[in-house]
Amino acid sequence: MAKVLVKGNEAIAQAAINAGCHCYFGYPITPQSEIGEYMGKHMPELGRVFITAESELASINMVIGAGTTGTKAMTSSSSCGIALMQEALSAMCCAEVPGVIVSVMRGGPGLGNIAPAQGDYFQALKGGGNGDYKIIVLSPSTVQEAIDLTYRAFHLALKYRNPVMLLADGVLGQMMEPAEFGEYPYKDPDVSQWALDGANNRPARNIVSLHMPEGEMEMLTNRIFKKYEEVAKNETTYEDYLLSDAKLVLTAFGSVARVAKAAVKRARDNGMKVGLFRPVTLFPFPDKDLHDTAQKADMILDLELNKGQMLLDVRSAVFGACPVEFYGRPAGGLLTPDMIYNKITELYSKLENTQKAEAGVR
Amino acid sequence: MNGDMSVIISGFGGQGALFAGILLCHAAVVEGKHTTWFPAYGAEMRGGAVNCSVNISDSDVPSPIIDEADAVIALNDASQEKFEHKVKSGGFMIINSSLSHLKTKRTDINYIKIPLNELAQKLTQPAFVNVIALGAFLEKTKILKIESVKEVMKEMAKTVSAKKAALLPNNLESIDFGANLIRQQMVTA
Repeated sequence: MAKVLVKGNEAIAQAAINAGCHCYFGYPITPQSEIGEYMGKHMPELGRVFITAESELASINMVIGAGTTGTKAMTSSSSCGIALMQEALSAMCCAEVPGVIVSVMRGGPGLGNIAPAQGDYFQALKGGGNGDYKIIVLSPSTVQEAIDLTYRAFHLALKYRNPVMLLADGVLGQMMEPAEFGEYPYKDPDVSQWALDGANNRPARNIVSLHMPEGEMEMLTNRIFKKYEEVAKNETTYEDYLLSDAKLVLTAFGSVARVAKAAVKRARDNGMKVGLFRPVTLFPFPDKDLHDTAQKADMILDLELNKGQMLLDVRSAVFGACPVEFYGRPAGGLLTPDMIYNKITELYSKLENTQKAEAGVR
Repeated sequence: MNGDMSVIISGFGGQGALFAGILLCHAAVVEGKHTTWFPAYGAEMRGGAVNCSVNISDSDVPSPIIDEADAVIALNDASQEKFEHKVKSGGFMIINSSLSHLKTKRTDINYIKIPLNELAQKLTQPAFVNVIALGAFLEKTKILKIESVKEVMKEMAKTVSAKKAALLPNNLESIDFGANLIRQQMVTA
């Protein structure tokens, strides 16, 4: 199939359709409204379900309803809209309901603004919902990857019976670039053993998130966390860009990572050994791989469009193997290739001076 | 560092700055090139300057965000003011001199002043200032073939409403006219 020029938001929507998404529920919010618009046009044409819900609360609870029947369902929103869904995400994890949530981040906190930002890393990864739970979070950096990871999101949701979030930002949602859709590459698991499909003489089923008997909730939580270990073992993904001999390693996710790549290229052209470690799955976070990378590096520079959120996971993975610096802008300020390059040169010359000084002491 | 050609196209809402960028990107895809299009979206879309950043390259385009552009197309005065400093040294800026009488501020870039609105009056109506500017840009840079843009226009005409499709000849005329301005040295470049 040939490459087509496509906007990030529309690519996600079309990929969801290709993935067999049968129900879309959503409430418009910039910068992801094109997803709902696209679904509104195409889902009814295909005889599938499209509902503009009365709120984000309603959207995500409709996803729960569809998900309990084993139906592929999704919603999409942005920052303050995703905030309203947190209770339901916790419930989905507990009741093991599959579903896909697309979060196209804008500036925050509060209603914030509509500019691109990455301030919802914590929201996605550390959750606003109650209890011990994790959602699988995938972070696309290009429009092509937005398509590929949307496919993967639908598959993982069913494979692990857990909500999966595609975490993008306004840059990726609004930009266009050539990409290829291809076909949905996964074989999804059979849902007939658990889905609510009408008992019809078989014993009744119940999908709930309330477990009152003593010890039941503890057992369930332990079982779910066993599942998360499996997710970590099987699904952890990251991109290694020029890491093998890198002294200074950049860490970045989503659209920032591709901007960082431009700066890394330029640094390499100027003889600096710089590389980029880009987590593709944010949960599961590639902590072992990052730790190994950090052991070979002299310094990590974490880049984010926020005040330092993934930074905590980076530090925890690096675990003292080398120093970790942070450079970021919150609430709609963008990092450009020049800004990142300047930060690289600043830190790189610091590294070299320290090494020269140490050599002098010896 | 932003690929082989980076351009910012800017104007007020309705002048077609975003659409000119989309045409450019589609034409890049026709020629098998890598490309990105990134719009400024939001509040600036109502009244002020709308703009998009376009990269065209033979290799992967990492950053859709442009620090300094090889070229800027400013369809009005506000755009000239906003993006004059964003042109790379040695680059150029197309200015719509029908709508901008601002003095130019730099000596290290080239200016191509085109009275786009006046010139558009000479063509079959409606004519399009964004497309004329695009024609001039392509003739000046040769980054893509005019024919590729025409191919895109023809393909697009098949998918839009009959009313819009009827404007295909006007678009084709506008882009040729823009290219001719440079070819015939009818504007100072």
